[in-house]
Amino acid sequence: MSFINYMAREINCKLVYYGPGLCGKTTNLQYIYERTNPEHKGKMISLATETERTLFFDFLPLSLGEIRGFKTRFHLYTVPGQVFYDASRKLILKGVDGVIFVADSQIERTEANEESLENLRTNLADQGYSLDKLPFVIQYNKRDLPNVAAVDELRQMLNKTNVPDFEAMARTGMGVFDTLKAVAKLVLTELKKGGRQ
Amino acid sequence: MVNPQMVMYEEEFHRIQTVVDRLVRDANAKVVFIVDKNGQLIAAAGDIDNVDTTSLASLTAGNIAATGGMAKLLKEQEFATQFHEGEKANIHIQLVGNRVILVVIFDTKSSLGLVRLRVKKATEELTRIFATLVTKAQEPGADTPFAEITDEDIDNLFND
Repeated sequence: MSFINYMAREINCKLVYYGPGLCGKTTNLQYIYERTNPEHKGKMISLATETERTLFFDFLPLSLGEIRGFKTRFHLYTVPGQVFYDASRKLILKGVDGVIFVADSQIERTEANEESLENLRTNLADQGYSLDKLPFVIQYNKRDLPNVAAVDELRQMLNKTNVPDFEAMARTGMGVFDTLKAVAKLVLTELKKGGRQ
Repeated sequence: MVNPQMVMYEEEFHRIQTVVDRLVRDANAKVVFIVDKNGQLIAAAGDIDNVDTTSLASLTAGNIAATGGMAKLLKEQEFATQFHEGEKANIHIQLVGNRVILVVIFDTKSSLGLVRLRVKKATEELTRIFATLVTKAQEPGADTPFAEITDEDIDNLFND
């Protein structure tokens, strides 16, 4: 649910990074945080366990610049990927404006990817959203690892609705900003449509 | 509409800000702020230069969401009030009209009793204001300024 503030001339949107455990959601946010000018970012918050696994969420506020005199602010969240944190994942999806699904390209994570995508659909449906109607992009992460599935295979499995998708290596940053820009564009385009209704 | 936008207009913003400003004084608080349930900061007052309100806003919303999740499991509607006591700072969190969250940060210059009393009064006022806001945002013709944006505007945002 975007928030338009006429008083502050700001538009705020919420983006959520979703995906199986250890697929690189937090790494995406960390890279964005490191590579963004201080004046365009707030503090990054990670609610993590002692072993640096996401416990509740990571949060990073970003401002992307002005559009028609309105500042555009994006709040980036990750969900905890581990299966048993499902209740937390549901909460974080509340009020989401755009979703990035981060897939782990490694062959042995095929099932985990499919399971997590299905879980995303179910959890969105619980909140009254449909993944097919939301701004949605997919990232095939960890392309630098040796045992990865071919992109075409991943696409067939995970991108049946043909949404924008990107290859990435979140650790080095490849594909990270492309993914973010793509979903931000879709969210803004959606806002534009909303104004016409 | 599945994904309704929250909209803040100038008139309601001033009314909300007045309530928040007054609450800082009446409750002897350090900081008062209002966040929507998704973690977007709506208004703030008091010593806000010394706190990271954006981070606090998102954590407050996470906190309320988690507590709301617990309530649901216990077949409760919501836990509308939370209080966290620290050595120097205390936080009082109040859900307003199940829509927004009113947060009061205070120290030893105030007391929980006083804060609760003042929050109660402010909550009633805020509930009314936010109800107006919701009605207003749903009126036909309440267009977003984004109907006019072009694909080029969006592209330009990413050109630097």
